[in-house]
Amino acid sequence: MTEAGVTGGDTAGRARLRLYVAGTSLRSTRTIESVRRLCEGRLGGLCDLEVVDIYQQSGLAGTDGVVAAPTLVRLSPLPARRLAGDLSDERRILEGLGLQALVRESLGEDDDGR
Amino acid sequence: MASEPESPSETVTRKTVPALPKVATGIAGFDAITFGGLPRGRPSLVCGAAGCGKTLFATTFLVNGATRFDEPGVFMSFEERAEDLVANVASLGYDLDGLVAQGKLAIDHVRVERSEIEETGEYDLEGLFIRLGFAVDSIGAKRVVLDTIETLFAGFSDETVLRAELRRLFGWIKDRGLTAIITGERGDGQLTRQGMEEYVSDCVVLLDNRVEDQITTRRLRVVKYRGSAHGTNEYPFLIDAEGISVLPVTSADLDYSIAEGVVSTGIAGLDAMLEPGGFHRGTSILISGEAGTGKTMITSSMIDAACARGERCMAFVFEESGHQIARNARSIGLDLSRHVEAGLLRFEAARPSLYGLEMHLARMHRDIDRFAPSLVVIDPLSALRGPPVELQSTMLRMIDMLKSRGITAVFTSLREDGEIDHDSAIGVSSLMDAWIKLLNVEANGERSRTLYVIKARGMRHSNQVREFMMSKDGIALIDAYIGPAGVLTGTARVVREAEEAAAALRREQENLRRQREALRRRQSLERQIDELRANLEAVEEEEALLLSEDEMREAALASGRRDLAVRRGSTR
Repeated sequence: MTEAGVTGGDTAGRARLRLYVAGTSLRSTRTIESVRRLCEGRLGGLCDLEVVDIYQQSGLAGTDGVVAAPTLVRLSPLPARRLAGDLSDERRILEGLGLQALVRESLGEDDDGR
Repeated sequence: MASEPESPSETVTRKTVPALPKVATGIAGFDAITFGGLPRGRPSLVCGAAGCGKTLFATTFLVNGATRFDEPGVFMSFEERAEDLVANVASLGYDLDGLVAQGKLAIDHVRVERSEIEETGEYDLEGLFIRLGFAVDSIGAKRVVLDTIETLFAGFSDETVLRAELRRLFGWIKDRGLTAIITGERGDGQLTRQGMEEYVSDCVVLLDNRVEDQITTRRLRVVKYRGSAHGTNEYPFLIDAEGISVLPVTSADLDYSIAEGVVSTGIAGLDAMLEPGGFHRGTSILISGEAGTGKTMITSSMIDAACARGERCMAFVFEESGHQIARNARSIGLDLSRHVEAGLLRFEAARPSLYGLEMHLARMHRDIDRFAPSLVVIDPLSALRGPPVELQSTMLRMIDMLKSRGITAVFTSLREDGEIDHDSAIGVSSLMDAWIKLLNVEANGERSRTLYVIKARGMRHSNQVREFMMSKDGIALIDAYIGPAGVLTGTARVVREAEEAAAALRREQENLRRQREALRRRQSLERQIDELRANLEAVEEEEALLLSEDEMREAALASGRRDLAVRRGSTR
């Protein structure tokens, strides 16, 4: 049932992520790539990702309570969660964001579909 | 450039030029012990256990910077939220919201919660740098406070990253030329928990809050100050409604200029006992006496006299409130409240147990510096309690502090021998320049107040006891009765004086009586003499009469004989 994926994809189920990076360093680009890959791959478009360069928008870092760079902030579902690091390990990102369930659901459905 | 004769002044300038540029904190006393404040453009560490006043110290640094030195500041709080911070210092009269609105202060609360942060892979603290940089740039800040940056260690587990980043942060602060205060919690065996002193090594200030005998004393010590001399002692500091103030109260030498002039005590009789007509200005005067001997009344009198001369007076009272003293003084016809209203007199009342000795001294120091009185009353000195050694040194410094400012100081002591402690020989009296002793003499079922001037350095003074009377017209000193029956005071004196007066009257009357008697006797004798003289005259008259009769008879006889002879002759 792909409809389940659709229900999971409505505003309540969707995850809003914001990634803070510091400039265009190697670490930044690497992080942006890996998060993008995750969002489009395993999360299968269930998340909205916004990338913020803290050098450009220093004010935002304060409002989101960002200290480290890079930091991935889960804005919704609440409560907000923060992940610091270059996010190289996908499994740990998902755990950290508390989004494993979302992934497992969609993966499980995929298995049923097979 | 400099010619030969100018060389001495040149050496002076050469000495002062390399001195570290400093930023005044505006904290009274602290700038004095550090000879100017914190090092400019460098981070300084302020550490201490919980509740020491680190945050307050840092906040004061920022607020003074914004309001007095035109240096905006950024407060980056890792612990308290901005609202809490604003509320906490509002009691000190700091309007953080107002300063924020004026663009003189920026507060950024950095929330670091372990449970909210997951670490995956490599990271740095660029976010923090950006935020700090953003805040600094937004108001053009010159001062920065990071309170307490060690909280980061609780939020992030990768210590190596943190330490590297902190090192970078402090380097960044220096590069930007920001004067920063980093606060740190006291740790075991080192100044801060995470060894912040390793990174911030230019200036380290340690705050301490010690409890001795249930009394807390706050102390501050400059542990190190690279490239600058600084006071090395522990200095007491105060946090009260007027903010934070550090008090360098250790004075070493007796080398102060003395104030000239004589101050009247406001009691004519007492002035008369002292040769110049009062006490020397700037001396310490001890008034000792048991409870109820009138110590406070004498001090009230001196206060009134000083205020009437237009001088400022400050009274530190430990047993009564200022109002009570003013009310009581009214009973001897002194209106102290008008001086309070005129701003010439200030009472500072506090329980002796409210602070430790150091704090009392510190408080006095601050109040005296602010009010600049020319007469200070400490009533009573004996109320201050503490270990004898400390007490002695406190007294010494107190007297020293007052003397060095040329302030006339009046101390009262309940101990009539002028000592403070029974067991030890703390001779406060020896530190004093003048000592008035009040003694209640009990005799004939009544007590009378007497007063002696035990000593008065640098002036001749009466060695006589005076009886000391208080009435609604003020204090009067009356010479005690000194006679063959000894020294008498009170009613005994009055009785004795009355007796003497009666006896004198009796003697006088007796004399008059005797004089009258003598006169009477003399008059009667004279009368007798007159009588006798009259008798004599009568006798003389008689005598004369008889004599003339005799003569007449003789004459008659002779004429008869002649007649007879004539007759006989004719017949012959």
